[in-house]
Amino acid sequence: MAVQQAIPKARAEIPGGFSGSAVRADFPIFETPTGTGKRLVYLDAAASSPKPRVVIDTMADAYAHHYANVHRGIYELSEDATARFEGARRKLAAFINAPSERECVFVRNATEAINLVAYSWGRTNVGEGDRVITTQLEHHANIVPWQQLCAEVGATLEYVAITDDGQLDRDDLVAKLEPRDGRPPRLLAIAHVSNALGTINPVTELAGLAHDAGALVLVDAAQSAPHMPVDVQAFGCDFLALSGHKMLGPSGIGALWARRDLLEEMPPFLTGGSMIIRVTLEGAEWNEVPYKFEAGTPAIVEAIGLGAAIDYLTAIGMDRVREHEKYLFERAWAALSQIPGVRLLGPADSQAHAGVISMLLDGVHPHDVATIFDHEGVAVRAGHHCAMPVMLRYDIPATTRASFYVYNDLDDVEALTSAVGAAQRVFGVSQ
Amino acid sequence: MDNLYRDFILEHYRTPHNKGHLDPHDLEFADSNPTCGDEMSMTIQLDDSREHIADVAFDGRGCAISQASASILTDDLRGKSLDAIKAMDPKELLDELGVPIGPARLKCALLSYKVLQGAVRGSEVAWPKEAEAVAGA
Repeated sequence: MAVQQAIPKARAEIPGGFSGSAVRADFPIFETPTGTGKRLVYLDAAASSPKPRVVIDTMADAYAHHYANVHRGIYELSEDATARFEGARRKLAAFINAPSERECVFVRNATEAINLVAYSWGRTNVGEGDRVITTQLEHHANIVPWQQLCAEVGATLEYVAITDDGQLDRDDLVAKLEPRDGRPPRLLAIAHVSNALGTINPVTELAGLAHDAGALVLVDAAQSAPHMPVDVQAFGCDFLALSGHKMLGPSGIGALWARRDLLEEMPPFLTGGSMIIRVTLEGAEWNEVPYKFEAGTPAIVEAIGLGAAIDYLTAIGMDRVREHEKYLFERAWAALSQIPGVRLLGPADSQAHAGVISMLLDGVHPHDVATIFDHEGVAVRAGHHCAMPVMLRYDIPATTRASFYVYNDLDDVEALTSAVGAAQRVFGVSQ
Repeated sequence: MDNLYRDFILEHYRTPHNKGHLDPHDLEFADSNPTCGDEMSMTIQLDDSREHIADVAFDGRGCAISQASASILTDDLRGKSLDAIKAMDPKELLDELGVPIGPARLKCALLSYKVLQGAVRGSEVAWPKEAEAVAGA
């Protein structure tokens, strides 16, 4: 079965140059109306994205016609599956501008990628009295692994403060990067884009500061890789984590990118089959990177599906994806700012804000907002977004979060603002 | 939507019954809803027999469903025996709310029940099976 690559139709009036509503035709999920008979207005890409038909078809095709285990069989089908699996790794490497696909380790998701670094690099390079720095802006996935590491080895975890408008406090970061007792911090672990507020961190600049201070840099790109160009060489980071399911790919596949020399030195995280060259009763020799970190049969078809998602995004162009979402963000921010009783979180400047809008409605709890939105066909996330320290910072229990992607358009922005009106009407807080 | 946010739910949300903190109190417990982080506490005064509830109050912030549920639940508790409360079926509370509650909101509706059970038993109880459709975050 031939799988056709879908190319979104052009649209001139949006600076990104394509029509989100035309893109929707590529996504089967939009074919079915919601339970209340409404058009599905999907504004929860930050949690997980729908899949274009080409990803679904590529995976079905791989299972139907190209499936065998990889890196094992001396037969054509296994060689075919291996070529497709490794092809996906090359696509991923190109997508993040990695110097080599050998630096790209397939894992389940960004959470696993960060855990891999915390367990493998962390347990061998962070010791008693050392410091690891992360920020108050992080997803729990970039907090808890470091809490566990620091508790286990007797290190200290420090959090860079955030400003009232949700940006990193640069002075606080610079102060925390200073050596203490003559020892520099070991690592700065930082999100490129905040999942809770949408803040875009200047990772290239921050990585430079951290390196000057003697720390390595891990970038959590789970919220940025799907939505804007991500370039590990331009960032100058040492580790980068991403999840496939947020970037049009399947769940169960993600990646860790790390500098080759670091990967060579790091001990394996999970051990077993595939990750060895030789096993005797006395011990084992590790396979070369990245296979040293890929124990057991990997998520073969999920990796191939991720490759198809990367092809789809690349055909649009990540610069255009970013422009498109920036435009929708600006329009939504402007419209929601006009509504009395709506409080918007994060930076107002669209240069520093991804296509994510975290908001509060006076007098209506975010869970109630989301339930009423759902009735209107608008799917958003309500909660702490796995970023409880952000909620603590602003003394709020939760927010309602709308997040844009390639299939969204101005009609979705309109549906969002009108759903806000519906929520305010139900609760009698319209002004 | 009018199905869920009926006037009586919104009235309980805007002017909840039994809201506050009893001092002194005989029993106190606090718990939270992992899906949203909403916290709720309950304080209870017992009567002279020490086996029946004389007065009760709940506190905390939350959505309309959790606040209305706590308001409605606490209205029914005065005079009830601790044994009767321990034997209470969470379905009774859902029936009393009388509105269709989807799986994503069951924990909102049953947080007050969980806090009450924690208070009368003296330690945290598991979520009732009715609320297990949605895991924590």
